[in-house]
Amino acid sequence: MLNNKRNALLFILSFLALAFPMVGTALDRTDISGLASEHVMERLKAIDKIALVGDSDALRLLKELQNSELLVTDTGQIVLENDDWDVIDAITLEMLDPQPDTYNTVIVNNRMRSQLESAVGVLQLLSDDREIRLTSAKSLRDNLSPLLLTFLNKALAQESDEEIRRILQESQSIILLDSPDEQERIDAVNYLTSSSERRVRELLVAKLEKNESGEFEEVSAEVRVAIEFAVTAIDRKLTFIDYFGRLFSGLSLGSILLLAAMGLAITYGLLGVINLAHGEMLMIGAYATYVTQQLFVNYLPSYFDLYVLAAIPMAFLSSAIIGVVLERTVIRWLYGRPLETLLATWGISLFLIQLVRQIFGAQNVEVSNPTWLSGGVEVWNIVMPLNRIAIIVFAALVLIGIWLLISQTRLGLFIRSVTQNRSMAACVGVNTAKVDMLAFGLGSGIAGLAGVALSQIGNVGPDLGQAYIIDSFMVVVLGGVGQLAGTVYAALGLGVFSKFIEPGVGAVLTKIIILVFIIAVIQKRPQGLFALKGRSVEG
Amino acid sequence: MQYQPNIEPLFSKLGWLGLITFAVLTLIVVPWMYLFIPDGGAFHISSYTVTLIGKIMCYCIVAVAMNLIWGYAGILSLGQGLFFALGGYSFGMYLMRQIGQDGQYQSDLPDFMVFLDWKEYPLHWLGTDSFLWAIMLVVLVPGVLAFIFGYFAFRSRIKGVYFSIITQALTYAFMLLFFRNETGFGGNNGFTDFKRILGYSLTDPTMRAALFGLSAFFLLLVLVLSRVLIKSKFGRILTAIRDSESRLMFCGYDPIRFKLFIWTLSAIICGIAGALYVPQVGIINPSEMSPANSIEIAVWVAVGGRGTILGPVIGAAAVNGAKSFFTQAFPEYWLFFLGLLFILVTLCLPFGIVGLFSKLKNKFKKIES
Repeated sequence: MLNNKRNALLFILSFLALAFPMVGTALDRTDISGLASEHVMERLKAIDKIALVGDSDALRLLKELQNSELLVTDTGQIVLENDDWDVIDAITLEMLDPQPDTYNTVIVNNRMRSQLESAVGVLQLLSDDREIRLTSAKSLRDNLSPLLLTFLNKALAQESDEEIRRILQESQSIILLDSPDEQERIDAVNYLTSSSERRVRELLVAKLEKNESGEFEEVSAEVRVAIEFAVTAIDRKLTFIDYFGRLFSGLSLGSILLLAAMGLAITYGLLGVINLAHGEMLMIGAYATYVTQQLFVNYLPSYFDLYVLAAIPMAFLSSAIIGVVLERTVIRWLYGRPLETLLATWGISLFLIQLVRQIFGAQNVEVSNPTWLSGGVEVWNIVMPLNRIAIIVFAALVLIGIWLLISQTRLGLFIRSVTQNRSMAACVGVNTAKVDMLAFGLGSGIAGLAGVALSQIGNVGPDLGQAYIIDSFMVVVLGGVGQLAGTVYAALGLGVFSKFIEPGVGAVLTKIIILVFIIAVIQKRPQGLFALKGRSVEG
Repeated sequence: MQYQPNIEPLFSKLGWLGLITFAVLTLIVVPWMYLFIPDGGAFHISSYTVTLIGKIMCYCIVAVAMNLIWGYAGILSLGQGLFFALGGYSFGMYLMRQIGQDGQYQSDLPDFMVFLDWKEYPLHWLGTDSFLWAIMLVVLVPGVLAFIFGYFAFRSRIKGVYFSIITQALTYAFMLLFFRNETGFGGNNGFTDFKRILGYSLTDPTMRAALFGLSAFFLLLVLVLSRVLIKSKFGRILTAIRDSESRLMFCGYDPIRFKLFIWTLSAIICGIAGALYVPQVGIINPSEMSPANSIEIAVWVAVGGRGTILGPVIGAAAVNGAKSFFTQAFPEYWLFFLGLLFILVTLCLPFGIVGLFSKLKNKFKKIES
């Protein structure tokens, strides 16, 4: 849509460029007199004339026109009202003497409005505000035309900001690729060598192709050599950026898997039971985040941005408490019967899903990002969303916390001892039942934390946990149990691995390849990559 | 000394009586009541009931297969739903071909292929217009997949919950695969709108009765077969694997072969059940492969009683009967019920309904003596 508008503008601009070779002189009264005309075409032409002048006065005028502030007197003079309701000239801003009796607003119809929008967009390259200039430069980059060269030169001459200069210079070089002067073309290509845009690469490659009459698009062999060099350089950069992007999304997926699988690894390592309701602990954590958000909306709206921080302990506690209750009422009666535990926990998961449906409804609930987690950081043309970065950091923090808990505290010591040899631990006086309960609560609590993370990047619904449960099991199976390191390597490894092969083969095949890969790994290492060594391994 | 085969009869007198009664009922009485008593007659059975019972009998076959592997060999497979669906899809391909040009687009190709703008059948549909090849596919596809997967899994001694989780992942991966349109199995919608088998219309009451009778026949066959297996030396080895695999290995047995055989057999039985199920229900889609379905199969067996001959049949019939009732009467409470069933059966009834009965019987005997 915008494209069309701008093309229309450029079309008209091109006419004017022919009619008025003197582009870029200061505004004068004849330029704007067309605005007073009764004919729309005349008014449209006037807008183009103003746009072609292209200085800050022109921008101001167009904006005033956009806001319907421009007035026209009976004599056809274009005027404004100042703050004291005095009528002033629109260009010189001098008070009119005598003040006119009657005047009307310059009529702006829809067609003019879209024309104005485009014109203002181009002229904003000359704005004083850096952000506005940046946006304008970026949108210009996508709609280049040789006619803009004069504008670009003018804008470049007064631009001091590095980033905007780079964008403008790139645009300028792209236009100069078609320049009749060979040296100018070579300079342009040389400048574009530093680009890292796929679009620029396509443009350059097109120059190397032959047209219908069998000649190269680019006639000069010297320029072609420069172009070839530039394309290789850009390719190298593009590959690097591509891999960087995959690495980032892989790390992001990996840290989500890590958060989801850490609790599972602890409970599986300790109790030997697979908790199929683990996914629902994620879901409960996400709903706890939702409830916290609603509480903040209703009672502490001014601190809304902090709700995520408050949700962290909330989610941990709610999942942990439910976990402890489940351990006491169901799971501990099934110790030593892992297959039955599998079924019973599946039953629990069905029950919890239906319970949440009854309470919150079957639809997804909306959990919004606080402002400090919205948006992203742009590095090498890749936008890294802040919420994903936050999850990577969060996963690292949780990991450090769990590691400290396991390796430094008394509870951690007990958990390790019971994991390694339950009966021996019981013999030396460890209350294994209590350790089981606390460890199960801890595992569920970590799942709750994962729920907070998930609520920030995706939908929160009753089925949330189901999507992650199988993947997190894969992590545990691959990494082996009893050591955090195994879970960490497996989660990050799987995350990065799947994101690296996904662009080539698609998401479904990726899942199947990973499954085959895991089965292959298990052929060599049946207890996972990082199994505990020792006598306790075979139960 | 040579192992002396068990000289107990295959079934007790009561057992034979039950089997024969069931055979008479399902092979003669029900089809007769359905076909020959006119609509509105006091003993008429509606098409709906015949289809429902036929469907449940297919589930019973799956449950018997699950019992073979879980109840006797102690391997909890969460992939039986996958084999069931694969059998269904294999036969479904034949059914799709039988539609001929009666589809919406009047094309030789199934509607979904026309919709995807495909010009000819993909390679894996080769020969599916032959009934015999379709029947072979029903056996081969689940069988070969189970054999290959089982070979690698058992060889690396994956067992217990690991095996369950890996089979669940396999099922999940296949479900995702079948959801894709490119796989050539109709994507989301799967196969439906079947018209006929071997040229005979599927909606014809005789055809329904035939499919019903066939399901009943296979159920009986599978029951007898599993009884024969369990009573044999082979069956003893299976239970030994369940109870102490390492000890069996120390006695010089190689459990991999036995596990692989029973696992492949179980998969094939599931595939046949799927092939019987699809023409009766009239649809097969990837949601049949969802991991939840496979776990539900396990709960049928658990409810009925693992490691008993009748348990899985009773369990499958009871749970599915309850499901039909609940999803009509209180749809929102079905999941609560199912969830509680999972928990209560595993907690309070480790040997299921059959176990409960034998417990009660023992108590009565004690009181009497």
